[in-house]
Amino acid sequence: MTQIIEKMIKNSLLAAAMIGGTAFGALSAEIRVGMVLEPPHLDPTAGAAAAIDEVVYANVFEGLTRIDQTGAVRPALATAWEISEDGLIYTFTLKDGVTFHDGTSFDADDVVFSFERARADNSTNAQKGIFAPITAVTAVDPSTVEISIAQPQGDFLFNIGRGDAIIVAPETADSNQSSPVGTGPFKFVQWNQGSRVILEKNDAYVGDPVALDKATFVFISDPNAAQNAMLAGELDGFANFPAPESLSIFEADPRYQVLRGSTEGETILSINNAKAPFDDVRVRKAIAHALDRQSIIDGAMFGYGTPIGTHFAPHHPYYVDLLDTHARDIETGKALLAEAGYPEGIKATFKLPPPTYSRRGGQIIAAQLREIGIELELINVEWGQWLEDVFKTKNYDLSIVSHVEPFDIGIYANPDYYFQYDNVIFQAIIEKLNVTTDEADRKTLAQEAQKILAEEAVNGFLFQLAKTGVWKANLEGMWPNSPVEGNDLTAVRWTN
Amino acid sequence: MFGFALKRLFGVAVTLIVAAAIIFFLLDILPGDPARFMLGINATEDAVAALRVELGLDQSAFNRFFGWGAGVIQGDLGISFSQRMPVSQLMSERLQVSLPLALSALTLSTLIGLPMGIVAAQNRGKFGDSFTMTLAQIGIAIPNFWFAMLLVLAFAVTWRIFPPGGFVPWSENPLVAAKSLVLPAIALALPQAAILARVMRTALVDVIQADFIRTAMAKGLTKKQAIWRHGVRNALLPVLTIMGLQFAFLIAGTIIVENVFYLPGLGRLIFSAISARDLIVVRSAILVLVAMVIVVMFLVDLAYAFIDPRIRTGGQSIGN
Repeated sequence: MTQIIEKMIKNSLLAAAMIGGTAFGALSAEIRVGMVLEPPHLDPTAGAAAAIDEVVYANVFEGLTRIDQTGAVRPALATAWEISEDGLIYTFTLKDGVTFHDGTSFDADDVVFSFERARADNSTNAQKGIFAPITAVTAVDPSTVEISIAQPQGDFLFNIGRGDAIIVAPETADSNQSSPVGTGPFKFVQWNQGSRVILEKNDAYVGDPVALDKATFVFISDPNAAQNAMLAGELDGFANFPAPESLSIFEADPRYQVLRGSTEGETILSINNAKAPFDDVRVRKAIAHALDRQSIIDGAMFGYGTPIGTHFAPHHPYYVDLLDTHARDIETGKALLAEAGYPEGIKATFKLPPPTYSRRGGQIIAAQLREIGIELELINVEWGQWLEDVFKTKNYDLSIVSHVEPFDIGIYANPDYYFQYDNVIFQAIIEKLNVTTDEADRKTLAQEAQKILAEEAVNGFLFQLAKTGVWKANLEGMWPNSPVEGNDLTAVRWTN
Repeated sequence: MFGFALKRLFGVAVTLIVAAAIIFFLLDILPGDPARFMLGINATEDAVAALRVELGLDQSAFNRFFGWGAGVIQGDLGISFSQRMPVSQLMSERLQVSLPLALSALTLSTLIGLPMGIVAAQNRGKFGDSFTMTLAQIGIAIPNFWFAMLLVLAFAVTWRIFPPGGFVPWSENPLVAAKSLVLPAIALALPQAAILARVMRTALVDVIQADFIRTAMAKGLTKKQAIWRHGVRNALLPVLTIMGLQFAFLIAGTIIVENVFYLPGLGRLIFSAISARDLIVVRSAILVLVAMVIVVMFLVDLAYAFIDPRIRTGGQSIGN
C-alpha cells in the first residue's frame, strides 16, 4: 500500500515537472537568447561591432583556431599545428571532410583566400593589425597551410582565433554580411532586421554535434523590456543582461540562474597625456589619488565590476595587483596639484559616451575629483561624436571608455593613440613582448608594462567591466566570462 | 476642385526638394565618420580609408547630394553604409510594423475619441461632459511609454495573454504578428484618443452655437438630430487636421513605444542609423517620411475641400 502511494506521488510529481517544463519551453532543443545591440551586418571580417561576433562567432563561423571560455587557444578548422624553430613559420593541418553551409567543400585554398583577403590593400578588416606580421600564406596541399610571419609573435595563435580571422569561402565572401555562410555547427536561417536572427543546427558538421536544434537571437535594447521579456518567458537567456539593478529579482527566483563573470573590458578614465596640465605626471597622480574605485563600481554598476590598478584584466594569469600604487588620499592629491603649480585647482572638460558606466560613472568621478580641486564640465557625447572629437582629433581632457579588446596593453605603445602617452621605455617593452614567445618571459614583460602604466598614472584605471548573464535555471554550457567577443552556444544544452 | 488640387501638388513638389536639401546638408555637418564607426577604434588608417572609398565618402558633398538626389528620383534610395542592404528593403520591412501599427492606433483612437467628444459636447456642462473630459485629461497626462510598461506588466508578464514585445513577420504567422501589435496600438491610441476627444468637443460646442443648427432645430429636428446631421460634419475640420498630424507622429515618432515593445519599426531604424552615422539610411528614410507626411496633409487638404465647399472656391460662394 505505501508503495502504491509512493508511486502515485512520484508520478504526480513527474507530471507536474513535465507540465512545468513544457510551459517553460524546456523540452524543446531550442533557445532564444537576448542581446542589447543588433549587429549592423553578420560578417565579422568587415566590422568592429561586438554584436556581429556575438551572433556568429563559433556558432556560424570558425577560424583555424578558436578561443575557449577560459581564453585558451583550441583547435578549430586546424586540428594541429607546428611552429618552426625560429618561430616564423606556422604549419596548420586542416580538418578533413568539412563543408561550408552552402555545400561547397573547405580546403587549404579557402584559408589562403581568407587570409589574403584580410591583409589585402583594400581590406576593410577592423583588426587588420592581426594580419600585418604575415608575409606569406601558402597551400602546401589541400589539407595543409603554411603561414610565414616576419618576426616571432607571442599571441599569433590567439589572434587568428578571433572573429576577425574566420575562414570564408570565395563564393560567398561578399554576401556574408546579409547571409553568412561558414563551417560552424549552426547555419544561418534568417534575419528579421530590427528584431532577430535565427540559426539552426548544421547536420553536416564534422566534430562534436551541438545539443540545440535552433537558436534565435532577439535584439532588445531597452533594459525594462529585457527584464519583461525574461519574466514573461519569451527569452531563455540574456548573455549580458543590461539592467544590473534588477539582477536580484532573478537571483531570488528559482526559475533563473545568474552567471557573474568578467569581460575583457578595462574601464578607464582616459586622460589626454599630451595636453596641459595632464602632461604633468603629478596632475595625473593627483587624479589617481582622488579616485575611489569601489564607490564608482557601487554607484554606477550596482556593485558589478572588479577594481583594476592598471590596464590589464584581473583574471589574466599575467595580472599584477597594483591597486595601491596611488591609493585614495585626498591630501596627497591636493599636495601634488599644488606642487605641479595648481594650488587653486584645475578646470577641465569631461566627455562622456552613452554607456551607463560612463554617464553614471562620470558624475561620481566628477564629485571625487572636486574634492582635490578639479572642476569638471560634463559633456555627453554619442559614439559618433566621441570617435571624432576624442579618438580622432584628440580634442578632450578626460573621458571614460571601456577598452574591450583582449590583451590590449599594447595600445599605450602608440603615441598617436588618443591618450597620447609617449614613453620610449614602455614602447621598447611592448616591442619586445610582441616578439617573445616564451611564456615566462612574456609574463615578466607584461608585468613590467603594467607597473609602468600604474606608476605613471597614465589613465585613471577604474574597473573590469562585468558580464552578468541571466539564464533559465535548467540550461548549462553558457560562458560566464567573455575572453573574446562571442556568444558560443556550441556547448549549451537543456538539462531536463 | 481640380485646379485646387493642382496648386497643392505644385506646393508638394517644392516642399520635397527643399526638404531633401535641408536633410542632406544638415546631416553632412554632423561630426563623426561612418567608416570609423563601423571599423572601431583598433582599425588601421588604411582600412578606414579603404572603406571610405568603398562607401563613396571620399567624394565632395555636392557630388554625393546630386548622386543621392538622382537615385531618389529614380526610386533608388541607396545602400545602407553599415548594413549593406538597399534602404528601400530595410524600410519596407520596417513599414510592415509601422504602417499597421499607425493605422490601428489611429482607428482605435478615432473610435474612442470622437464619440467621447460628441457625448461631451451634447452634455455640455453636465456630468457626461465633465466625466469624459476628466478621462481625456488623464489620457493626455499619462506618458504613453509608462502606460505601455503597465500594459506589459499586466497582460504579458502577469497574465501572459499577449507577448511582452517582439514581432513575427506577417508571412510567418499573421495571428502572432497581429497579437504582438495589440498592446502597442492601445498604448499609442489612448493619449491620441484623449486629444481627439477634446478637439472634437471644442469644435462641436462652437458649431452647436452656429445659426444653421438653430435653423435646423427650428425646422423641427431635435438637438440630437441637428448635431448628428449637421453639427458633426461641420466640426470635423479641426479634427481632421489633428488626425493628419497624429498619423505623421504615429508612423515614425513612436520610437519610445517601439523600444518598450522592442518592435522593429521605422523609429528604431532611424534612431540606430543616426547613432551609427549610417547617413544614407537616415536621409532616405526621413525623406520618405517627409513625403508621406506631405501626402497625408495633401489628402487632408482635399478632404477639407470636400467637406467645406468654401475652401475649394476660395470663399467666393459666401453670400451668393
